[in-house]
Amino acid sequence: MIPAAFDYVRADSAEAAIAALAEHGDEAKLLAGGHSLIPLMRFRLARPEVLVDVGRVDDLKYIRDGGDHLAIGALTRHMDVETSELVQAEAPLLAAATSHVGDPQVRHRGTIGGSVAHGDSASDIPSVLIATGATLVAQGPSGVREIAVDDFFEGFLETALAAEEILTEIRVPKVGGAGWSFQKFNRRAQDWAIVGVSVQVLNGSVGIGLVNMDTKPIRASAAEAALVGGSSAADAAEVAPDSCEPTGDLNASPDFRRHLAKVLTRRALEEAGVS
Amino acid sequence: MSIMGTRVLRKEDPKFLTEGATYTADISHPKLKGAVHAHFVRSTMAHAKILEIDTSEAASQPGVLAVYTAQDIPESVAPAPVMVPVFPPSMMHRPHLATGSVRFVGEPVAVVVAETPAQAADAADLVFADYEPLPAAVGLAQAETDNTVIYEDVGSNTAVDFKNMNMVTGIGEEDIFADCEVVVEHDLINHRTAPAPLEGRSMACVWDDGRLIVWASTQTPHGFRDNLAAVYGLEAENCQVIAPDVGGGFGQKIGITADEIVLPWLSQSLNRPIRWTETRTENLTACGHGRAQLQKVKIGGSQGGQIKAYRLQITGDAGAYTGLGAFLPFYTHLMAPGVYNFPKVETTAKSVVSNTTPTLAYRGAGRPEATAAIERAVDLFAAECGLSPVEVRRMNLISKDSFPYTTPHGTEYDTGDYETALNLALEAADYPALLEEQARRRAQGSVKQLGIGVSVYVEITGGPAPGGQEFAKVEITPEGKAKVYSGSFSHGQGHATTFVSVAADQLGMDIDDIEFIQGDTDLVAEGTGTFGSRSFQFAGSAVYDASRSVVDVAREIAAGLLEANVDDVLVDAEADGFHVAGTPAVAVSWAQVAGAAQEQGKKLMHEGQHHANCTYPFGAHVIVVEVDTETGQVTVPQVVTCDDSGTIFNPNIVEGQRHGGIAQGIAQALTEEVVFDEDGNPITSNFADYGFISAAELPSFKLVPLETPTPHNPLGAKGIGESGAIGATPATQSAVVNALSHLGVRHIDIPLTPERVWQAIVDATAQN
Ligand SMILES: Cc1cc2nc3c(=O)[nH]c(=O)nc-3n(C[C@H](O)[C@H](O)[C@H](O)COP(=O)(O)OP(=O)(O)OC[C@H]3O[C@@H](n4cnc5c(N)ncnc54)[C@H](O)[C@@H]3O)c2cc1C
Repeated sequence: MIPAAFDYVRADSAEAAIAALAEHGDEAKLLAGGHSLIPLMRFRLARPEVLVDVGRVDDLKYIRDGGDHLAIGALTRHMDVETSELVQAEAPLLAAATSHVGDPQVRHRGTIGGSVAHGDSASDIPSVLIATGATLVAQGPSGVREIAVDDFFEGFLETALAAEEILTEIRVPKVGGAGWSFQKFNRRAQDWAIVGVSVQVLNGSVGIGLVNMDTKPIRASAAEAALVGGSSAADAAEVAPDSCEPTGDLNASPDFRRHLAKVLTRRALEEAGVS
Repeated sequence: MSIMGTRVLRKEDPKFLTEGATYTADISHPKLKGAVHAHFVRSTMAHAKILEIDTSEAASQPGVLAVYTAQDIPESVAPAPVMVPVFPPSMMHRPHLATGSVRFVGEPVAVVVAETPAQAADAADLVFADYEPLPAAVGLAQAETDNTVIYEDVGSNTAVDFKNMNMVTGIGEEDIFADCEVVVEHDLINHRTAPAPLEGRSMACVWDDGRLIVWASTQTPHGFRDNLAAVYGLEAENCQVIAPDVGGGFGQKIGITADEIVLPWLSQSLNRPIRWTETRTENLTACGHGRAQLQKVKIGGSQGGQIKAYRLQITGDAGAYTGLGAFLPFYTHLMAPGVYNFPKVETTAKSVVSNTTPTLAYRGAGRPEATAAIERAVDLFAAECGLSPVEVRRMNLISKDSFPYTTPHGTEYDTGDYETALNLALEAADYPALLEEQARRRAQGSVKQLGIGVSVYVEITGGPAPGGQEFAKVEITPEGKAKVYSGSFSHGQGHATTFVSVAADQLGMDIDDIEFIQGDTDLVAEGTGTFGSRSFQFAGSAVYDASRSVVDVAREIAAGLLEANVDDVLVDAEADGFHVAGTPAVAVSWAQVAGAAQEQGKKLMHEGQHHANCTYPFGAHVIVVEVDTETGQVTVPQVVTCDDSGTIFNPNIVEGQRHGGIAQGIAQALTEEVVFDEDGNPITSNFADYGFISAAELPSFKLVPLETPTPHNPLGAKGIGESGAIGATPATQSAVVNALSHLGVRHIDIPLTPERVWQAIVDATAQN
């Protein structure tokens, strides 16, 4: 399980990382916590020629109160998000979901930015960002731009980030008194979700994000629409997997995933206070 | 005072917990300086003709010394075949590297040797094998049809039919179910699992002046040595195998594998020491798997629950080459009747080759499969009769006054008290309260239903009959301390604690004054190793024998020093030596005796083999599950087991063995399965995909003690290494089915994945 040979560049600022990416183009990959990238490299499923290590860009490790939102630096470790009192108070769904990511070892290395930028449909965090309506901040050679979460995830491990862009910040709306629920269905405590559901309810408006229900992180739009149209939680949950195209694998067939999405969405809605 | 039965803490733990283990890959011996690294190139096809293997590009990579394929290496450099019973020669003579064709994904086809592991891995990527794909027989059901015959010279995939060898009863003329009121039949799957020791295979070796010195991660250092010595034409003393700390084996490290056996040849050809450590994926796909049986059970008896006849038909999956795994259906046959006094039992058993990883003797090796079959059959029979599974078991158990008991198969169980084991486990689990809670949830239609699973098992350890042997040597040092040498090899079982305790008990010494030596064929003259739950009963008994022989000589010397009659002299731990019975104040120490022995030219040393018959541990497991009826998710809130392994020398060690076994048993029922796709590609090749269970999925186990000694060895001990894995799988399966029985569910195959459980609920609900 030895990765193929690669060159290593350490960037000590976002700008340096962007410059390195611009220089090496497609051959380069950012390295954050390495907990998604390095396993792929060890299986030689990923063979980047250059790794641009941003692990020590301390400027991108923060959790700040941005007024109506929390601003979280992309290189903030899962463990810091999970244990932040600010996150627990103002974005409780994010804190809870983060505590279900892998195991403590993984959460001490993996970063929120890596989790999002990887664009993995099986990751827990993207579903939270969908449910909460988060905004992603990216920086590239031509400056900084904001990307709405619904425009961010584009396909299988594909995001709206350009090759020479880096994700710098995740903005999650502050929702002190919101109802919320995170449902993760897996077989072993440290496993990825077979299916997961994030629900947040704020002033009667419900956001539902699904884990591992399509090739990319996906919103349960049909269920959200049904709730807007006055459906009960149970009825809305029935349409949660509509328009999802889940894959079948070792753990579940597409049909079983659809079934789980319904059950978990109903449970999540109920726990979040939607009846 | 004896320390037998006391909780002596494991002597090996302080080192593991502070400095850590030294595994084979950690060895930095001066003789290994400048070692090169091997990396195997493995087949990516389950079944194919090898047209060409192009190694030229790989060979020209930086740091690469050589790349070899099968024709470069003498044919004789191959593991000795497992001979009993005789399998067709082409199936059992596995070559070192695939020759002519490949027969499973993971089979080595070439080996790269380079200066560093990374260079070897990089170059291995550049070995190009050109295959002509052949249809693959993946999985038992497919292999059994012979639609794709893997060995053309044999003409069929059947490696052995034990009926033709007269090793099983077969199905007789008489219909044994003729007078049964209730008869149930079912097909069962005992799926393939991976032993998955946390340390995979690892080896280092060097030729030193004509001697071969090897470090290896093995359960059987002497067997490893004997294999190498035979292949390389060495006298045993010119081949030294050292097993350092070994991180588990579970049956994968018995004997030697094809990959390991070529390393000394590579070292010899390149005149360099060599190292090799397999990756997790190699361990999970290429080293060897366990279980893998299809079973047909048929059981019959009276409406009232008296079972009269049982038939078990076993087909085992040997994988691509016949190793120990191909032999295991015979073991399953041996233990087929389990703990029951059924008057009539019939078995058929055969092994079939397939285009998958060869199977081997994984923890339990044939006996878990026997228990799983009979326990499932009894549950099905009880359900058909509408009776409690516990009551039906009680009614049919072999009673405790019928030992030694000879089964219809001629297996002679030594001692047992099955009903007490069952009763104790049920009592500790508070069975009536569980039934009440189950009834409450059923009445309420709760989403989470409660299931109570029960299994009663008997297994064979140190078998098959007539048993086995192990070597020990005990010697007293001039300072009056002791050294214990064992031919058995602890790779986690705690020999340094238990064997030393046995010696301490007999020698009347403190355990800290006794050094334990194992795992080096230069230091330990003979040995068999650790597998099949054999060690304490054979090796512990050998230490016992040797210690007593040494004490006999020492007492004579002490009698001389004390000017007493030898018959009156005893060894006494409290008095720190020898004295005349009743006068501990006048004593001579071990050091004095050792000194006198030296003066008198007497040797305070004894070595030898202890031979003993195999033994039959037994027990009962009660496992409680909660099943989420909406998702099929199974959780395990309670596990109670009563595992009787005869006399218990150290409860800590015995409980440790039970813990690991129970976890592995539950894992087989719930999460662990080796899966291949239809082309024979392994898709459980890492720990994200292979459902290796962790402590987080399991509750604390309640372990009920019971000790029914065996007369077959002086310690009264039976094996305990595999019991947990034998009882827990069927009890878990039974619990899940029990949780859903009110919905009409009668059976669900293992592993009980959420989808399978959910599907069973959907199907049962649709039917009712
Ligand atoms: C055993 C194990 C179990 C796990 N279980 C879970 C789980 O249950 N749930 C879950 O959600 N996750 C799980 N993970 C993944 C974990 O959350 C990772 O940490 C996370 O997915 C990636 O973060 P990282 O910092 O490690 O990213 P890396 O692996 O360093 O990078 C991942 C990808 O994102 C890119 N990238 C990283 N940072 C940036 C950035 N700032 N801008 C642009 N691109 C960037 C990289 O180039 C790479 O392509 C698990 C991981 C392991 C090893």
